[in-house]
Amino acid sequence: MIRAKELTKHFKVHRRPPGLAAAIKSLVHRKYDVVKAVDGVSFTIERGERVGFLGPNGAGKTTTLKVLSGLLHPTSGEIEVAGHVPFKREPDLLGKITLVMGQKSQLIWDLPPAETYAMNRAIFDVPQAEFEKTLGELTELLDLSGLVDKPTRQLSLGERMKCELAAALLHRPTTLFLDEPTIGLDVAMQVAIRDFVRNYNQRHEATVLLTSHYMDDVVALCPRIIVIDQGKLIHDGDLRQLIKTMDPDKRVSFTLTAPIDQGELEKLGTILSREGQRISLRVSERELPAVVGHVLGTLKAADIAIEDPPLEDILRVMFGRSKEAAANHKETEAS
Amino acid sequence: MRSTASRTIRALPTLLRIGVAETVAYRAEFIVWMLTSTMPLINLAFWSAVARDGAFQGYDTPQLTAYFLGALIVRNLTGNWVAWQLSEEIRTGVLSMRLLRPLHPIVAYASSQSAALPFRSLIALPIAVILLVSAGGGAITHDPAQLALLLPSLLLAWLITFALMFALGCLSFWITQTFGIVTFYFGLWSLFSGYMMPMDMMTSKFPIVGYLAKWMPFYSMLGAPIELMTKHLTTGKMLEIVGIQAGWTVVCIFVALRAWSAGVRRFEAVGG
Repeated sequence: MIRAKELTKHFKVHRRPPGLAAAIKSLVHRKYDVVKAVDGVSFTIERGERVGFLGPNGAGKTTTLKVLSGLLHPTSGEIEVAGHVPFKREPDLLGKITLVMGQKSQLIWDLPPAETYAMNRAIFDVPQAEFEKTLGELTELLDLSGLVDKPTRQLSLGERMKCELAAALLHRPTTLFLDEPTIGLDVAMQVAIRDFVRNYNQRHEATVLLTSHYMDDVVALCPRIIVIDQGKLIHDGDLRQLIKTMDPDKRVSFTLTAPIDQGELEKLGTILSREGQRISLRVSERELPAVVGHVLGTLKAADIAIEDPPLEDILRVMFGRSKEAAANHKETEAS
Repeated sequence: MRSTASRTIRALPTLLRIGVAETVAYRAEFIVWMLTSTMPLINLAFWSAVARDGAFQGYDTPQLTAYFLGALIVRNLTGNWVAWQLSEEIRTGVLSMRLLRPLHPIVAYASSQSAALPFRSLIALPIAVILLVSAGGGAITHDPAQLALLLPSLLLAWLITFALMFALGCLSFWITQTFGIVTFYFGLWSLFSGYMMPMDMMTSKFPIVGYLAKWMPFYSMLGAPIELMTKHLTTGKMLEIVGIQAGWTVVCIFVALRAWSAGVRRFEAVGG
């Protein structure tokens, strides 16, 4: 279980304008700002849950993951992960968690991943037989054969990421903090990593807290999402419910088999795009059955797809509202 | 999970093996790096020239040869670069990955640094031993008690050096870039450890340096084992040398651990 109560993390940041004069001035007089990276965030995640942790750049997602995994000491608030206070970094806790950062490698750069695996086996004190069994499973699931003996620096980004995941999971952690685990990967590799994470979660009843800029990762993996912006929690709940609340209309896309007037299309819903015979409409939930019936029956469309609005659009609206609220709050405080 | 101490001991052989693999990963750099450890030979050439026409400050050529070859051996067996390694990992955030493992980073750094020692000494040590036996053999101690104390003395010198360098590296938690401080430290170390010239020679020329050196750990890091190796000492003097080293070891490890525990609270785990 992961529990955060009124979690805050502030950083002191040195600021100076560009230029030589400012650089010299900063030698004797420095200006510091306090940045509230995480500002009073509370949530609880039960064992076995898969939760998406979303927010724009600089929202405080990675900082929160670093606090939860014990890398950072919180400024204030209470946190508990698997029954431990993370920043104490007790060996028992470290054996139960893992943090995968897409932009930071735990593999030894100059040596093949097999050496990092051997080191992790020794440090986490994994019995040899269990290590070999787990590595065998991971090699199969992540298709690592032929990769683990090449120096890490010679692996492609996708290959390295798969090896990173294996290194992070050799000790069979039950809490996974995944920070952009699919960054820079091609679509096929993203799907492979998603499938792997879901599979691991189900087999080991592992708790997964995932940040990703690829909304497809989140939609595919996480029934629940937590959204933060400017360090504050702005949503915590079911992903489908959020989409339904924010934008209940559906996206209906189809390919026409015969030409049609613009006016007739507009009667069905709001036209989002029209490229040749390919049409995309925004249709309210209430009118959906009638529109689908018309498209298939009367217009004899070659195909049809009905989807929820993209999560990116929902989040854009949410972050816009959050910014507005913050600006209003500042104005009120100033007056 | 089994106890931390026993787990750490069981992990050590693997950590040392991987430390060796890292050391030899780049062949060209490895060879250049081995050659850089021969600086005391330059000091030897300089001081031998000074003492060519007779003993200088009580040191004749065989004694100077023994002293600086002793310095070469001790430097090779005790030198480490953990301050740079730690400083770099704090500055770039790479330290994060070490913090996620159930092994105190001081143990991980110590094993990685000590794994490189035999390789660092591959060129320098055979040269030193051959020269020492052929040119300055008469100046090496033959006292079994002194020789027996040499190994613990070298171990203590390594521990003091490592702990101090580790504490210096920890300064990066506060000031991010410690290159200047480490350079200043090396200046002090060169002056007060006996690296540039034997400490008794230094003391007779510059008494103030000799007085200050008594209050600093640098002599215990280099000069002390060289004295055990090259001088004829009384039992009391031998025990005093090793006792002072043991004292500095306790102080320096305490300082290193305190610097770590205070610093890691400030770690910002940048990047990622």
